[in-house]
Amino acid sequence: MSGNYRGVFVDGLWRNNVVFAQMLALCPLMAVTTTATNGLGMGLATTGVLLTSNVVIASCRDLISQEVRIPVFVLLIAALVSLADMAINAWLHELYKVLGLFIPLIVVNCSVLGRAEVFASKRAVLASAVDGLAMGLGYTLALILIGGCREILGSATLFAHASLLLGDGFAFLETTLIPQYKGFLLMLLPPGGFLVLGFLLAGKRATERRWERRAAGRSKAVTRAQQSPSAV
Amino acid sequence: MSIFPTSAPHAHAPDSVPRIMGLVLLAVAPAMLYGIVLFGWPALNLFLVTVLACLLCEAVCLRLAGHAVRPFLMDGSALLTGILLALSLPPWAPWWIGVVGGFFAIVVGKQVFGGIGQNIFNPAMLARVALLVSFPVEMTFWLEPRPLFSSHAPGFMEGLAITFGGIPNIDAVSGATILGHIRTELGMSHALSQILPGHYHAGTAALGWTGGSLGETADFLVLLGGLWLLWRRVFTWHVPVAMLATVLALAGGLHLLDPERFASPAVHLLSGGLMLGAFFIATDPVTSPTTKLGQLIFGAGCGAFVYIIRTWGGYPEGVAFAVVLMNAATPLIDHYVRPRIYGRTWRGQSRPVSERAKRPPIKSGEAE
Repeated sequence: MSGNYRGVFVDGLWRNNVVFAQMLALCPLMAVTTTATNGLGMGLATTGVLLTSNVVIASCRDLISQEVRIPVFVLLIAALVSLADMAINAWLHELYKVLGLFIPLIVVNCSVLGRAEVFASKRAVLASAVDGLAMGLGYTLALILIGGCREILGSATLFAHASLLLGDGFAFLETTLIPQYKGFLLMLLPPGGFLVLGFLLAGKRATERRWERRAAGRSKAVTRAQQSPSAV
Repeated sequence: MSIFPTSAPHAHAPDSVPRIMGLVLLAVAPAMLYGIVLFGWPALNLFLVTVLACLLCEAVCLRLAGHAVRPFLMDGSALLTGILLALSLPPWAPWWIGVVGGFFAIVVGKQVFGGIGQNIFNPAMLARVALLVSFPVEMTFWLEPRPLFSSHAPGFMEGLAITFGGIPNIDAVSGATILGHIRTELGMSHALSQILPGHYHAGTAALGWTGGSLGETADFLVLLGGLWLLWRRVFTWHVPVAMLATVLALAGGLHLLDPERFASPAVHLLSGGLMLGAFFIATDPVTSPTTKLGQLIFGAGCGAFVYIIRTWGGYPEGVAFAVVLMNAATPLIDHYVRPRIYGRTWRGQSRPVSERAKRPPIKSGEAE
């Protein structure tokens, strides 16, 4: 069973990543990832919603009939997002001012509804919780990665204002790479988000292809060795 | 050799990519040399940096994509993109403008789409637009002409310092382009009859003795090069004529209505990058429509956007924006404007057969 959970995590973080494989949830991605910190905040909020919505939907999956499942999912997700929205407004008000509109918009984030439909409505509660966590963490990592790239290129800082999100203990994360950097405005505008996403996608595909080739080469070598042991 | 017969017409085309690129390079060379002489060593440095960045990016991308590097690198397309980009930059821009621009033109504008012939947008203009949006200060730094070896021109070492170390004293050397000057003054609600005297002279503008991008000032040299390319049939007249005529018509009409608010057609035709854009940039065969009517629409659209952006837009000059916008419209134009299929009407039905052709065909074997 633990091997199964490992598969779920590999799915969420790499193989079936929300951004880099499913290409979902791109609207908040483009709008929010001007800094790595914003990406982290948005990712954590989405992870919380994904985890709780997967748990709630998996536990009521036998009560919901097929015909009305989508409206019920949307209502449940909307309730959870409202909770997250109010919680962030109360406890992380600075972050709330930055993310603003995009927290309530998690309601229509297709990755949340997607996981509810594809995974949570068919699986046990624990497995759904693991899936929600893995997918959320994969999304968070993607947001931090894209946010980090855009922040470095656009304003030559990394994790700016991280202490506002994580508390003063994390002020050491805030780095300025080039002082008096004039800024690369395009990277902070949506085109920069699309460019960074495109290059990262290409990088992921190239990496996977290289792994495949290496695995194929290895298996070929193994079969050759098995077929003709005398040649060795 | 293929043993399957191909159907007529068999057209023989001596044109190859390197030959076309070579002709365009020759045509643009006079304006390029003029610009470098006009703005001195810093312009030459920027020019070399931009072209080298383009060639390097092209080589790296070809290597990564697994293509043969040498034949594609030597076809001259990356060289031409680099030159056109350099010609559209402010002559004293710092070196990293050229590097970022070269990267944008070749990697984002061309190789991402699959290399030569696959790009949607003109790579040089895409890079210029990206640079203008990203670095508005560096990309709008214009200066009065200070030709090579003249008394107030920077020397070779000074030139290196300007390109690679930042400009020492911006205010001492800068001067607005005529389009920028008109925009600023009109913004302060001055009339054109007060603005232009002393700042604008049609003769010097045509001769290129004015501030502007590296290669756009010498309108007569650009025009000569463009006409030479027309004569060599590298492109047809449709795009440049439609573009210039549209600007002429719009500027002429509005100038007649209110000469105090709308600059004369001469100002529009002989300033900014219009000439360079009409002959060397909008005529790019990859990113412009294939049919003649489509090219006329494309050119007219470019001209209209240039005039609209110059007159009512946020930037004083809009050739790059206009070309990129119309590049985006090119697939649509090609979709709607199609050539008539031989033997069919425009709607695709077969044409009515004439009386002559209606006679019963002579069947073989009937002669007996």
